[in-house]
Amino acid sequence: MSETNIDAIQDERVKQRSKFREALVRPELGGIVGTILVFVFFLLTAADSGMFGLAGTLNWSVVSAQFAIIAVGACLLMIAGEFDLSVGSMIGFAGIIIAILSVQLAVPMWLTIILTFMLCISLGAVNGWLVIKTGLPSFIVTLAFLYILRGLTIFAAILTTRKTIIGGVKDVAEGDWLASLFGGKVFTGVFTWLGENGIIEVFERGNKKGLPVVEGVPMLIIWAIILIIFGHILLTKTRFGNWIYASGGDAQAARYVGVPVNRVKILMFMFTAFCATVFATCQVMEFGSAGADRGELKEFEAIISVVIGGALLTGGYGSVIGAALGALIFGVVQQGLFFAGVESSLFRVFLGVILLLAVILNTYIRRMITGER
Amino acid sequence: MTQNSENNTMNATPLIEMKNIEKHFGSVIALAGVSVNVFPGECHCLLGDNGAGKSTFIKTMSGVHKPTKGEIYFEGKPLKFDRPRDAISAGIATVYQDLAMIPLMSVARNFFMGNEPVKGVGPLKFFDHQLANDVTMTEMKKMGINLRSPDQAVGTLSGGERQTVAIARAVHFGAKVLILDEPTSALGVRQTSNVLATVDKVRKQGIAVVFITHNVRHALAVGDRFTVLNRGKTLGTAKRGEITPEQLQDMMAGGQELATLEGSLGGTV
Repeated sequence: MSETNIDAIQDERVKQRSKFREALVRPELGGIVGTILVFVFFLLTAADSGMFGLAGTLNWSVVSAQFAIIAVGACLLMIAGEFDLSVGSMIGFAGIIIAILSVQLAVPMWLTIILTFMLCISLGAVNGWLVIKTGLPSFIVTLAFLYILRGLTIFAAILTTRKTIIGGVKDVAEGDWLASLFGGKVFTGVFTWLGENGIIEVFERGNKKGLPVVEGVPMLIIWAIILIIFGHILLTKTRFGNWIYASGGDAQAARYVGVPVNRVKILMFMFTAFCATVFATCQVMEFGSAGADRGELKEFEAIISVVIGGALLTGGYGSVIGAALGALIFGVVQQGLFFAGVESSLFRVFLGVILLLAVILNTYIRRMITGER
Repeated sequence: MTQNSENNTMNATPLIEMKNIEKHFGSVIALAGVSVNVFPGECHCLLGDNGAGKSTFIKTMSGVHKPTKGEIYFEGKPLKFDRPRDAISAGIATVYQDLAMIPLMSVARNFFMGNEPVKGVGPLKFFDHQLANDVTMTEMKKMGINLRSPDQAVGTLSGGERQTVAIARAVHFGAKVLILDEPTSALGVRQTSNVLATVDKVRKQGIAVVFITHNVRHALAVGDRFTVLNRGKTLGTAKRGEITPEQLQDMMAGGQELATLEGSLGGTV
C-alpha cells in the first residue's frame, strides 16, 4: 500500500471545516457568548439605573474581580485534574489569621501578611500531598478540609477575642507598604484630574464635594488582572502549562513520558491556596475586619465560574480566559439584578440557568473539538 | 531484510540483552528466567498467551519493575534502572496500547509532552509552539499521516494513527530500543497494516524494535526473530523462515490442547 493511497483514503473521510467554524470552536466560546448575552440583557433592562455609569461599573467590576481571583486558581487546578472545595474556608481562615496576628498579637502588618501567605500555601500543599499520597478523590480530601479549616477559624476567633468578627485591622494596616498592595487604590491622580476637568462625575454635596465618585482602581482589580494574565501565559505558553494539561488529561500517560504529575498537582493546590489568600487579604484590608464566616460557598462560585468558562470537570481541558469571563458573567449578573430592581433571590435561579446552558453549550463545543462521539 | 538482520546477529553486539530475568511478586513467580536479546535494526517479536509474562517482562525492560534476579546489558554494559525515566534517558521507549496519547490535547502538545521545546532568555522560558507545530507536521508526514493542523486534538485520530503518533514521538526523541505493547490488538485490518508499515519504517532506521503480540500473523508480517514465552519461561527463539505459523501458534498455546482444536477450527485462529 503506497503512502499517497493512505492519504487519499484519510482525506476523503475528513470533512473540510470552514475557517469561521474553526475560529468558533474554542473553549472560551461559551464564556464569550454568555458575556455578550448578559451585557445585552442588562443594557436593555438596567441601562438607566446607573449600572453602566462610572460608579456602577466599578461596583460590578470589583465583584467580578473577586470571583476572578479565586477562579484562576480553581481553573488551573481543575485542568490539572483536581478540585479544591476548601477555597471558601481558606478565605475565612486566612482573614482571621491576619486579624489575630496583626491586631491581637501586634505583629507588624507586612510580616503578618507574609506569614499568612506561607501558612495558607503550606496548607494547600498538605491538601495536595494528601490527595496524591492517599490516592483518594480530591473531592473528599478537600471536603474534609472545608470543615477542618472552617472549624479552626471559628475556634481561633472565639479563643482569642470571644467574637467571630475581629475588627481594627484598618488602624494597624495604616501606612504599611505591603498592606497597600492589597487594600490600596491606584491611578487616584488620574481620577482626581478627570473629576476636576469635568470628564467624570464628582460628588455634588457632602464632605466629599468636588471629589470624583470613583477615587481610583482598587488593588483587587489589579490583582485579578495580573492573576488572569499570569494564569493564561502559564497555561498556554509554557512547558509547565503543557504538564498541567497532561496531568489532568491522563496522569498515567503523562507519567510514562516523564511528566512530574505529582509535583504539578501539589503546586496547583498551593496556587489555589495562594489565590484564596489574595482574596482574603484584599477583603480584610477593604473591610478593616475579618469574619469567621467569610468566604462561605466561594468554592462553588469559583468552580461555577470555571465551568461557565468552558473547563471540563474531569480535567485536562479548559481556559483561564474562559474562567475570567465566567467570573465576569457571575459578577455582572449578581450586581445587575440589583440594579435592574429584580428580587435578589432570583439571582440564584438565574445563575443556575446560566450554569446549565453553559455546560450544555460547552459539552457540544468540546465534542466538535475532540471528535468524541 | 532477513539477510541484513542475520548479518547483525553475527557481527554486532546486541543493543539490549536480558539474561535469565526472574521476577517474583510475593509468592508468585511471574518470570522464571527469561533471556532475550535485540539487535539494532531488528524487529524482535515477543509472543505469548495471556498470563505468559509478556507485560511483566517489558515492564522490567522499561524500568517499571526491578528484576528479582538476572542481568540487563545495554550496548554491552550492565545497566540498572531505578525508575522508568532512567530507561527513557538511556534510549528505551515504550509505547503502551491505551496510554500512549491524551485525547483532549492537540497532536503537537502530545508529541512534545515531557520534552517541550522552550525558547526565551534567562528564567523566562516559553513553549516554542512554532517549532513544536513544524516538527509535528513533518514527522507526521514522514509516517504517512496528513494532519488538518497540529492543533487538532488526538481524540480526532483513529487508534492506529494514535499508535503511529506515539511511535513517531519515541523515534524523534532518540529511542534506540522501541518497545511496542500489543500495538495492533485493538485495531481494524487497515489500521493494523498502517501500524505494521510504521514498524517496518522504524526498523529500517536502525532502531531495535520489541514487538509484543499474541497474534502470530501480525508477528510474522514484520518480525525478524520470534521468542515465545509460556508460564514465565522462554520456550525458545526462532529466526524468520525457520518456523511456521502453526508451530508458533502451538508453542504459544502450550502445544497439545490447540492441536486438537485446530482440526475443528480449520486453522482460523
